[in-house]
Amino acid sequence: MANPSTVTVPAPGKSVWDGGVSPMNASYGKLMMWFFLLSDAFTFSALLITYGLVRSSHHAYEGAVEAFKFSQAYWPIPEKVFASIPFFHNVNAPLVFVGLMTFILIMSSVTMVLAVEAGHRMDRRAVEKWMLWTIIGGLTFLSCQAWEWTHFIHGTHTGSAVAEGTTFFGANLRMNQYGPPDFAAFFFFITGFHGFHVFSGVLLNFLVFYNTVTGVYDRRGHYEMVEKVGLYWHFVDLVWVFVFTFFYLV
Amino acid sequence: MAHIEDAPQVTVLPPDTTKIKKLWTVAGILGLVTLLEFGVAFGVPHEMKDLRVWTFILMTIVKAAYIVGEFMHLRYEVKVLLWSILIPMVFVVWMLVAFVYEGMSISDVRP
Repeated sequence: MANPSTVTVPAPGKSVWDGGVSPMNASYGKLMMWFFLLSDAFTFSALLITYGLVRSSHHAYEGAVEAFKFSQAYWPIPEKVFASIPFFHNVNAPLVFVGLMTFILIMSSVTMVLAVEAGHRMDRRAVEKWMLWTIIGGLTFLSCQAWEWTHFIHGTHTGSAVAEGTTFFGANLRMNQYGPPDFAAFFFFITGFHGFHVFSGVLLNFLVFYNTVTGVYDRRGHYEMVEKVGLYWHFVDLVWVFVFTFFYLV
Repeated sequence: MAHIEDAPQVTVLPPDTTKIKKLWTVAGILGLVTLLEFGVAFGVPHEMKDLRVWTFILMTIVKAAYIVGEFMHLRYEVKVLLWSILIPMVFVVWMLVAFVYEGMSISDVRP
């Protein structure tokens, strides 16, 4: 039995959770953005983990990497599928283009965080400049993805045999030349869902840019909206880091 | 300037150079880790599958930590907020282990 005088019992009304203060020291909007992103993280995790299940349930390619050929019998090696770059036909450049896309998205994340920093200082000109760079980065990424999808759908010059005696070029949701049908389905769903996030992110970024230019945040007295949309944009970058690893590298 | 009384009084502060420098350092680290991933992708033979996969996962976690911690500023938030976001991630870890294990079991019985 401890001496009652040495036991510290919080006095009624003294806990941070008793009201009057913000226990998480964040505004309502910012907090809700965090919880939205948490739920969105679960959605993306579910997609990527299901990819993991389906991939590990298929046979892996066993032979030498140099001799790899597309087949329905095993899951493809990603670097053999994504080995093209725009404007260079028949040049084998595995993963170079997705590497470029990763770099673009990281750079646009940096310009976003610089816009947030400028917002803290109420520097409208700097927010305008960095938001514009972020929008350009996002649009560039989307253009790259459009090219990649086009290339994936149309396929290589040689194609591959999906059924005996036939040649199939490219991919759709039912079959593809690269491997089992699920491979293309997951490519479309995962990169498509991420691309849709990038697209809506660009729209939100444009909204913030517009409000900055028209002086809405100057009149409001703070640039917290840049911070909230910034959280979303960084999340999109974060998801790409995982897609890059688990879809393209592993 | 008829509406001068409507114009908000805004005090613009000078750029915080140490903070900006730190942000660029984080960007440099992210770029460097991505380059290292390429190094592993083409430097480590495909036969060493486990080594490749685990290095990729480790590097991804490093990148994720920098993005969430520094760019999204979570490292500097109140601890309750930090743990409210991080602790639910155990469900993701559980799901990953359960599903990949399941997938490998399916692979064993697949013709």
